Formats: sequence, structure tokens, C-alpha cells
Amino acid sequence: MRFRPPFLLVLALVSCRDRAPAPRVTLTVAAAASLYEVVTELDSLYRTEHPDVAVRATFGASGALRQQIEQGAPVDVFISASERHVDALQRAGMVDPRSRRVFAGNELVVVARMSAATGIYSFQDLALPQVQRVALGAPASVPAGEYAEQVLRSLGIAEAVARKAVYAQNVRQVLAYVERGQVDAGIVYLTDVRAVRGVWVVATAPPASHAPITYPLVLVSRSPHHEDARAYAAFLLGPRGREVLARRGFSLP
Amino acid sequence: MIDWSPVLLSLRVGLSALVVIFVLGTLAARAMTRRHFPGKDVVDGLLVLPLVLPPVVTGFLLLVLLGRNGPVGRFLEGAFGVRLLFTLHAAVLAAVVVAFPLMYQSAKAAFQSVDTRLEDAARTLGAGEARVFLTVTLPLAWPGLVAGTVLSFARSLGEFGATVMVAGNIPGETTTVPLAIFFLADAGDLRAAGIYALVISALSMAMVVALNVWTRRRRPGWMRR
Repeated sequence: MRFRPPFLLVLALVSCRDRAPAPRVTLTVAAAASLYEVVTELDSLYRTEHPDVAVRATFGASGALRQQIEQGAPVDVFISASERHVDALQRAGMVDPRSRRVFAGNELVVVARMSAATGIYSFQDLALPQVQRVALGAPASVPAGEYAEQVLRSLGIAEAVARKAVYAQNVRQVLAYVERGQVDAGIVYLTDVRAVRGVWVVATAPPASHAPITYPLVLVSRSPHHEDARAYAAFLLGPRGREVLARRGFSLP
Repeated sequence: MIDWSPVLLSLRVGLSALVVIFVLGTLAARAMTRRHFPGKDVVDGLLVLPLVLPPVVTGFLLLVLLGRNGPVGRFLEGAFGVRLLFTLHAAVLAAVVVAFPLMYQSAKAAFQSVDTRLEDAARTLGAGEARVFLTVTLPLAWPGLVAGTVLSFARSLGEFGATVMVAGNIPGETTTVPLAIFFLADAGDLRAAGIYALVISALSMAMVVALNVWTRRRRPGWMRR
């Protein structure tokens, strides 16, 4: 196949842009999509403090980010929404286990439509007969759904709620169902609720009722900028990071 | 204030992909309509495969191919020191692979509809193969080629699944409009997502209408001899 000439043409087409004086290093952080605002804000803070280090962030589903790291995408720092994916990378020797820290935590909540009189004031109330539909993430693929199931089981109402459960593909969908009144209540992360008006938090899951919800941060072994990545990670985990996380509704490790 | 970088990135990806797809699609379609060789059906199937695969699967396959351990990725890094993953080049490549079958199929249909007797007539009048292709085949197939170009351009402008796998989602570098819309909607910023949706709809409409009007009015000068 005659591939090279047009491909070089493309390179020429897409490469023609000027840039400001190049920073000493460029770090790439891969972060779970739910951390978009937090990481973007912290990156711009970091840039003003360290003009010689450029940080670029890529956001996506944690599982997809893990695959990209496995395939050698140039990532220096990985912040996952679930420990599982970091565990897998660690087993494969692709991340530095000594650098692993908990970046942030989250809480699981029951939400309902603000205008509706649902009579739901706790997780237990989801089992009440007047509650007819409850939306939660599909436990197999959505971490929030997995945690929700743990809570329901530890409260002994898993069966009762399963009968009225509507399983969604992601947390946004759960919120949309609640917002439009298609369900009486939904189970989501506390930080997701900020995105939606007209939906309010009626109850928070008891901390002991589920495994802790954490966002692990880890340095990628192959990163050629280990020292800079370490400094950047320390910044994220430091007081500035904690301040931004707290303001965005995340809990602190 | 709206950030225009996704729009500019989308345009760059779309236009770059357009050039590559037009050339490759036309050549491949021409070769496949006129030549016969063993295993032709298999090759044809491979060329159309990205059309039937979910884009995320195409993206995953590309990721494996281009990755550090993949054959293409290892070759590029070893021979040229080039890394494609997480660059705009990867986004162009994803768009090319996913949108190529649309151009290829349209071009193939267009070439098949060309009356071979007209080409033979040109040959009897002494025209070489290149001249026959440029002055007889291509002008006759032109409407089909344009249709394929429009379709594949629109497809590459909207490409999401394969792009997010190989190019990542790096704001200002690889976040094209579809990626921006998806992640804004995911973050709950429906207003900004809506604005991008309007912009890309208007843009695609404008390009399609412009291409249609332009091709109805005239064919390129070198074809009208």
C-alpha cells in the first residue's frame, strides 16, 4: 500500500504550529474522568508555581486509561477511580508500588428529586413499599453500583431493592433518571450531585457499610521523568490538593 | 467563554484525514475494481472491517498495534523514534481508519459504474493508462468520489471511540469536539456541551452543503479538457 507520502503530508499539515519556549519537561497525568475539574484546577496552579514543567492531563474511564498505560502510552502519573486497575498494573510491574498513595475519597449517597415528596430519609427507606423504582449503576461495570450493592447487602435490604432496581451504564444516567422523575431515588457519589440541579442528597451511606471509596495515585515505572513526576505528585497530595478536593466535595484520605 | 481549541483540532483532524482518505480510498477502490487476485474478497473484507466493528474495538486494536509492544509501534519507535500514542497524529490515524471504508465503498461503486467501453475507446485513440484514468475514468466516477469524500469527512469529524483510545483526551492537544462534548456532558456542563454540539452541527452542515454546491457547479479544471 502506498502509505508513506500521504502520511508525511499529514504530519506536515498537523505539525505546523508555533509554540512558546518549550518547558524543560512535559509530564502527562492520566486521571479518572470524575477528577476532571480537580486535576485541571491543580494543574494550572502547578504551572504558575513551576513554569519550567508543563503538565498535560488526559481524562477517561479508569479501565481505558489502564489499557493505554499497558500499551505504552506516555503517562507519568496515573490517578484511578478504583484500586482494582492500579492493582492490575502493579501486578504487571508497570507502576511503582512505593509511590502509591490515596489521592482522594468519596461518599455514596441516596438522591431524590427536590420537588417530589418521596418519604425517603435513609438507605433503609429504599425498601419501603411506596418506593417503586431505584436507579443504580450496573454493579458489574460501574464502581458506584458495586459499592451501592455492598451497602444494600450490609443493611439487609439487597433483595427488596433488587426487585425495583433500574441499572444504569454510568452515574450520569442514574442522575438523569432521578432528575426526570423516572425513578423515585438513585444511588450515586456525593461529588456527582453538584453537576445536577433539582436533585438533592437525602442520605449518606454509613462508612462501615461498604469498602472505602478511594482514588489511588501512582507513578508509572517507565516514566523518564521520575523526579519531576514525584514532585508533581507531592504537590497533588499536599495542602493545595487537599484544599481543591475539599472544595469540590471529595473526602480526604 | 467558549474554548475554541476542540473546534480547531477537529477541523485539523478532519481535513488531514480527508486528504489521506481521498487518495488512499480512490487508489484502493481503483485497484480492487480492475485487478483480480487470489484472496481478493478477504482483502476487501479487511478494508471494510472498521465500518462494521464498534469504533472502540477498532481503537483498541489500533492501541495494541501502535503500543510499545505492538509491531507498528515498535517499528516506528525503533526506526524513527516516533511515538504516535497520545498525539494528534494518532487522532488523524484513528479517523482515517474508521472513515476509510465509506470512501472506499463509494469509490468502488463509482468505478464499477464507469462504462469500460469508454475507457477502451480512449485507449484505441492512443491514450496511455494514466491519461485514461485522469481524463475518462475519474471524471465519470467523480460524483461517487465526492459522495464518499463527504461521507468520510463527516464520519471523521464525529469520530470518538477509536480516537479516545489512541489519542487520549488531552485538552488543547487531542480533545476534539466529540470528546469535549462527551466529557462536558459527563461532568454535567450541559450548556457548554450544547454549544459544541451546535458548532459541530453547523460546521458539518456547512461543509456538506459547500461540497455539494461546488461539485454540482463544476469539476476541477484539469478534468474538463
